[in-house]
Amino acid sequence: MNIEMPNFLLALPEIFVLGMTCVLLVIDLFLKQQDRYLTYLLALFTLLVAAVLTLYGDSGERQITFNGSYVADSMSHVLKLGVYFAVFVVFVYAKDYLRDRNMFKGEFYILGLFGMLGMMIMISAHSLLTLYLGLELLSLSLYAMVALQRDSIHASEAAMKYFVLGAIASGMLLYGMSMIYGVTGTLQLDSIAERAVSGDRTLLAFGLVFLLVGMAFKLGAVPFHMWVPDVYHGAPTAVTLYIGSAPKIAAFAMLVRLLVDGMIDLHDQWQGILIILAVLSMAVGNIVAIAQTNLKRMLAYSTISHVGFLILGILTGTQSGFSASMFYALAYVLMALGGFGMIILLSRKGFEGDKLDDFKGLNRRSSWYAFMMLILMFSMAGVPPFLGFWAKLAVLQEVVAADMLWLAIVGVVFSVIGVFYYLRIVKLMYFDEPNSEEALQCSTDMRLLISANALMVLGIGLFPGALMAVCTAAFS
Amino acid sequence: MFADWPLLSLVIWTPILGGLAVLSANSESQKTVARGLALLFSVLTFILSIPLYAAFDATTAAMQFVEGPVEWIPRFNIYYNLGVDGIAMPLILLTSFMTVLVVLAGWEVIKERVAQYMAAFLIMEGLMIGVFAALDAALFYVFWEAMLIPMFLIIGIWGGPRRVYATMKFFLYTFFGSVFMLIALLYLYFQTNSFLITDFQQYNMGIIPQLLIFLAFLIAFAVKVPMWPVHTWLPDAHVEAPTGGSVILAAIMLKLGAYGFLRFSLPITPDASQELDWLMISLSLIAVVYIGFVALAQQDMKKLIAYSSIAHMGFVTLGFFVAWRIFNTTGSLDGAVMGIEGGIVQMISHGFISGAMFLCVGVMYDRMHTRQISDYGGVANTMPIFAAFMVFFSMANAGLPGTSGFVGEFMVILSSFKANFWFAFLAAITLILGASYTLWMVKRVIFGDVANDNVAALKDINKREFLILGILVVAVLLLGLWPAPLLEVMEPSVNNLLQHIMQSKL
Repeated sequence: MNIEMPNFLLALPEIFVLGMTCVLLVIDLFLKQQDRYLTYLLALFTLLVAAVLTLYGDSGERQITFNGSYVADSMSHVLKLGVYFAVFVVFVYAKDYLRDRNMFKGEFYILGLFGMLGMMIMISAHSLLTLYLGLELLSLSLYAMVALQRDSIHASEAAMKYFVLGAIASGMLLYGMSMIYGVTGTLQLDSIAERAVSGDRTLLAFGLVFLLVGMAFKLGAVPFHMWVPDVYHGAPTAVTLYIGSAPKIAAFAMLVRLLVDGMIDLHDQWQGILIILAVLSMAVGNIVAIAQTNLKRMLAYSTISHVGFLILGILTGTQSGFSASMFYALAYVLMALGGFGMIILLSRKGFEGDKLDDFKGLNRRSSWYAFMMLILMFSMAGVPPFLGFWAKLAVLQEVVAADMLWLAIVGVVFSVIGVFYYLRIVKLMYFDEPNSEEALQCSTDMRLLISANALMVLGIGLFPGALMAVCTAAFS
Repeated sequence: MFADWPLLSLVIWTPILGGLAVLSANSESQKTVARGLALLFSVLTFILSIPLYAAFDATTAAMQFVEGPVEWIPRFNIYYNLGVDGIAMPLILLTSFMTVLVVLAGWEVIKERVAQYMAAFLIMEGLMIGVFAALDAALFYVFWEAMLIPMFLIIGIWGGPRRVYATMKFFLYTFFGSVFMLIALLYLYFQTNSFLITDFQQYNMGIIPQLLIFLAFLIAFAVKVPMWPVHTWLPDAHVEAPTGGSVILAAIMLKLGAYGFLRFSLPITPDASQELDWLMISLSLIAVVYIGFVALAQQDMKKLIAYSSIAHMGFVTLGFFVAWRIFNTTGSLDGAVMGIEGGIVQMISHGFISGAMFLCVGVMYDRMHTRQISDYGGVANTMPIFAAFMVFFSMANAGLPGTSGFVGEFMVILSSFKANFWFAFLAAITLILGASYTLWMVKRVIFGDVANDNVAALKDINKREFLILGILVVAVLLLGLWPAPLLEVMEPSVNNLLQHIMQSKL
């Protein structure tokens, strides 16, 4: 038996993040509360170095190592950079929020970094086992983060729900994986793809269904979406921000790794299932969001509808469809960061700012941030010239190109319905009188970053070509 | 001298960037600065748009002042590509002209959030000009949709008591309409691998796809025009919008839908347009006759003018879609040319007249804070100068010869007479109906004895209002007495369009 020496260099970002997180864990033990700032800075430093390592590690070709269980390709590099960016923004936005609520502890950053490590592993997974490992590392960190505010009933309830449902989903996923393994006798995605051609179709289909159920749970696609609004609502906003952003990129990667790298041959089978998931998600997400009075819940349902759109691109089964979905995922994360960030911006000590009514008359209190929120909301609604429009356009174009005109029409009809609740936020901010005249309180770094975040949604919306090209290059 | 200036880009981006500059004067103490800046940028844009007419070559139907194609989004072959022909150019001038008046009209009337108000109008101006100038369908769509955002805010922030309902209805109606156009555009892109409108126009396809695409375009454009039965958002939006919003809505936004028919529906799907011209002619005639009667029953002046707008826009679509019938009965294109030209003249003329009517109502509303006809009476006694303007514009609205309102309607009626006597008969009814509802309103509002103390206390218009209305009088008379320059400019383009659509794509 010869054991090939794995190419550790390819996994350098992961190794570095793991090492730094362990170091942080120790350092944080010895820090006094007033020095906690150091943990925060070190966490940001970790992200920056990881980004540099990823950028320089990009050789431009697809390389597989660790005995076929780890892959580094251009998609993984782009998605990892997206994840670093999202987590970076989350950490900055969360700082004041956590400090005001006595939650400014090392755990948030350490769990956040571990969760990110899980996402990185998912993105680079090339075997069922690595994929599962990454997913569980992410999920466990998230469960703990939701429960971070341990005295809050809502948070504990949300954490419990999330944990139980997440465990069921993981079980489904594992069961599906075991079936796939049973048919193909391998865990590596490449070999699965080869052997699936001659494998037992029935058994493969069963395995596929279980896999998809598990993934739909994690993605929050209807009908496996029940946990999303409760968890988004119950978790502290800083954690909601985390759950609502970066993991979507990882979930997209998981879908692509399993369905495209592993089972592209079963496209006929998974396409039908994905169509149902997509249509239901767009329908339920957009319609139920109208009834919400809490912005976090509303954004949760909006997430569900966006997941529906994201699935639309993947189900076409074409390279350009995957790149359209990837563009959608990255665009969505940028918008979600801004949306949840605005809630944090509005909140202050003893005040959450997550009700729709809290946005009343924002234009009078601060016309600049009202304008930023306007950009974000119109972008999520898919109105040009903002980023969200191009994301929808890219996905819809692929659906039309795949000869599924009806599906594109269903998509746009539901997005029109969706426009209503985004418009309602704009209505509250611009047309209504404020409940309080209190000025917004938050630190300069937050102000700058959230402005930059919203302006990016506008700027990339005006010039989406570069990001689209990156996404196209990732699948060629 | 203007040959190498990017004139179209300038008229699009000057107001948009100017609007952003105005936004920076957002604080309460800078109201005067905001007004001054807004006037400066709107006048600048108007001046920049004049060379478009002055240097326009009226002998060719080709696109002029072309910019690009500059690659914008390579992934979808989307280009930044601008250009105008004889149909789009007058509409751009109309837009930049009306925006100056709207800025002036909101001068003292708007007291709250002045900078945001002015900025919204300037940004909207740039976006609307972009719609007329875009030669790339994706670029067109971006401008087309983005324009909804400032209008949504204008109605919602500065509007009347039911503004939220009206603006939501406005946004959702028009957004719903346009997404179907988006699907049609995506389908065409999928077929031609290009978003250039000219490529769409050259693309041949069977009758079934043509019909589907035509219907998708119809939903988008019919909502915007608006045609019966998807017109219900317009009266609400008009009634609740501030005066400036109503003016822009009536004078320009409605024209965008009609322009869409000329640029997209007719040339891209000519066979489907011919196949369904009965539908379009019926809807137009219903708008002309039925909506005319509806206007007669209105109690609210703005609502009345809103319904009158729908009726007048019915003329426009009638003029466009009667072309095949004329060609089939007379065998020559001359009548059809007159129909389409009449439609375009009607668009420009209605831009002036409806804008002026809304401004007149605005003048009264600023003083009395009511738009109910029954609250007025005998305004001529206290506001004689204003009454003269109001009567003049009402006559123009009713299509009095010598005013611009007459030219377009006459051309459309004359050409539809060549197609079918009954079309012309029904269309001509509007001359009676239009006169009835407009003049009856004038009679009740302007003439008679002074109705109440509020009317007795009215002050006549000031210099600013006189200036705005005076400019519009000149425009209405000029176009009414001497429409030749406008007709000459559009003649080659309309001829070219008709020759294109008379060739079957099947």
